[in-house]
Amino acid sequence: MQLTLEFGGGLELLCDSKKVHHVNVDLSDGEEKLTMKGLLSWAKTNLIKERPEMFMKGDTVRPGVLVLVNDCDWELSGHLDTTLEDKDVVVFISTLHGG
Amino acid sequence: MESQREEPNRKILDEIDALKAQKSDIEARISSLESQLRDSSLAKQCNGAFPSISTVASNHSRHGLPSDAIYRYSRHLLLPSFGVQGQSNLLKSSVLVVGAGGLGSPALLYLAACGVGRIGIVDHDVVELNNMHRQVIHTEAYIGKSKVESAAAACRSINSTIEIVEYREALRTSNALEIFSKFDLIIDATDNAPSRYMINDCCVVLKKPLVSGAAVGLEGQLTIYNYQGGPCYRCLFPTPPPVTACQRCSDSGVLGVVPGVIGILQALEAIKIASNVGEPLSGRMLLFDALSGRIRVVKIRGQSPQCEACGEKSTFNPEQFREFDYEKFTQTPLSTAPPKLNLIPVESRISCKEYNEKVVNGEAHILVDVRPAHHFDIISLPNSLNIPLSSLEARLSEISAALKEEETRKSVSGARLYTVCRRGNDSQRAVQLLHKLGFTSAKDIVGGLTSWQTEVDPDFPAY
Ligand SMILES: [Zn+2]
Repeated sequence: MQLTLEFGGGLELLCDSKKVHHVNVDLSDGEEKLTMKGLLSWAKTNLIKERPEMFMKGDTVRPGVLVLVNDCDWELSGHLDTTLEDKDVVVFISTLHGG
Repeated sequence: MESQREEPNRKILDEIDALKAQKSDIEARISSLESQLRDSSLAKQCNGAFPSISTVASNHSRHGLPSDAIYRYSRHLLLPSFGVQGQSNLLKSSVLVVGAGGLGSPALLYLAACGVGRIGIVDHDVVELNNMHRQVIHTEAYIGKSKVESAAAACRSINSTIEIVEYREALRTSNALEIFSKFDLIIDATDNAPSRYMINDCCVVLKKPLVSGAAVGLEGQLTIYNYQGGPCYRCLFPTPPPVTACQRCSDSGVLGVVPGVIGILQALEAIKIASNVGEPLSGRMLLFDALSGRIRVVKIRGQSPQCEACGEKSTFNPEQFREFDYEKFTQTPLSTAPPKLNLIPVESRISCKEYNEKVVNGEAHILVDVRPAHHFDIISLPNSLNIPLSSLEARLSEISAALKEEETRKSVSGARLYTVCRRGNDSQRAVQLLHKLGFTSAKDIVGGLTSWQTEVDPDFPAY
């Protein structure tokens, strides 16, 4: 499944300072669909190069990270259970405090 | 030669001092006259001794805009979607800007210019030279003076017909409710997590819309909280992020124009709410990426019923707000001063002065500067070796080699190992790591390069 993953607000520093990643995620054996939960563990293994605790806490993202699936807050699409489809764009953005 | 050069310098410095004294005297006289003028014109309006401009104008128009206001804001009045009604709403509105820094500066310029009737400014900071590249409301003449004083003077010089209220104090739970209650809407232009939670909660308690903006590096974010069924800050971020995830402009840097863009968009959203025109950015968030030149507006969740501040079951009230410890909640101090950590015992540390003596006495040693390479490029101490903290473990062999080389050069054994960074926090972390990896005599320089400037070499540039 082709997906675009984007990291912002400083999270890109965890994956070689690259913001946009075009990736191909295969379903694990026995799975019929890819959910955000599956994508998070895939991203943690395959994209996050350092300090994984700055990206995830438990099986979800750490506090202060906003997750957007096709420009929409994942709270509105089912959080970890959000089902992803081919060509979806998933954005992980850390909230900023500076000014 | 030296004394000859010093003589004329002394004269010039004396003359500068004398002129500065004259200048501040003149400034004091001007501001005293200005306040006399304001008081007397206010008194006249109240006594009705002279017909005020607005009563003259009301003979000709139904909306009651004074004729000078019609001329000043004519380009607003000509906008069909804004018009007389929008402008008249704006003139009656009041907006509080918390923070007169990178976001607050551009926001205030536009709010004053467009005719928001009453503008409040809260900040306890003073203007510094390294603010100037982004805090565009301030001028060099105000360096060392209150940011609120500086911003208020700029707003008044743009528009003398509006009221500016100055709060030269830090926002705290003890004064926030009283200050916020005097304004229709609040602009969060602060730079730290505890202030953002505190401002949000105060707005929830008082039911005020909150225009929130943030900018670090080359990115910015903007949304409106607590308005028209949209979420509050806590609906979106119920748990504060870990301290290490909070980048500060003073550490991570910021391109001046980026908070400029966000601050101006904050002014725009405030103007839309105050004039009751257009669709405010509530329930949506604007994400600005300066480097790729992209602006994306995303849909965010609505008000959360479970929210501890604004949710259905929440009983959050003014008393609880006053008692709430925002610094403890976010593990971050409200002041922007960087932390001074004490991670290692005093025996493993030396002061800048002590280190300087060791250099002067020619002690065999190497100095490892553990800052990131782009910091090292800005300025560094002579003969220091740059190995960033993040790669220290992988580059231990370079340290061993440098120590050996120094021992050979000075024909001694047991060359010392010192670490330094910008403020003396990472240098301690480096010593912790070095001790663990066998360099048990490593010491760090207390206070880093910042203290080097204040204690040893005043000409060493700060950044
Ligand atoms: Zn809420």
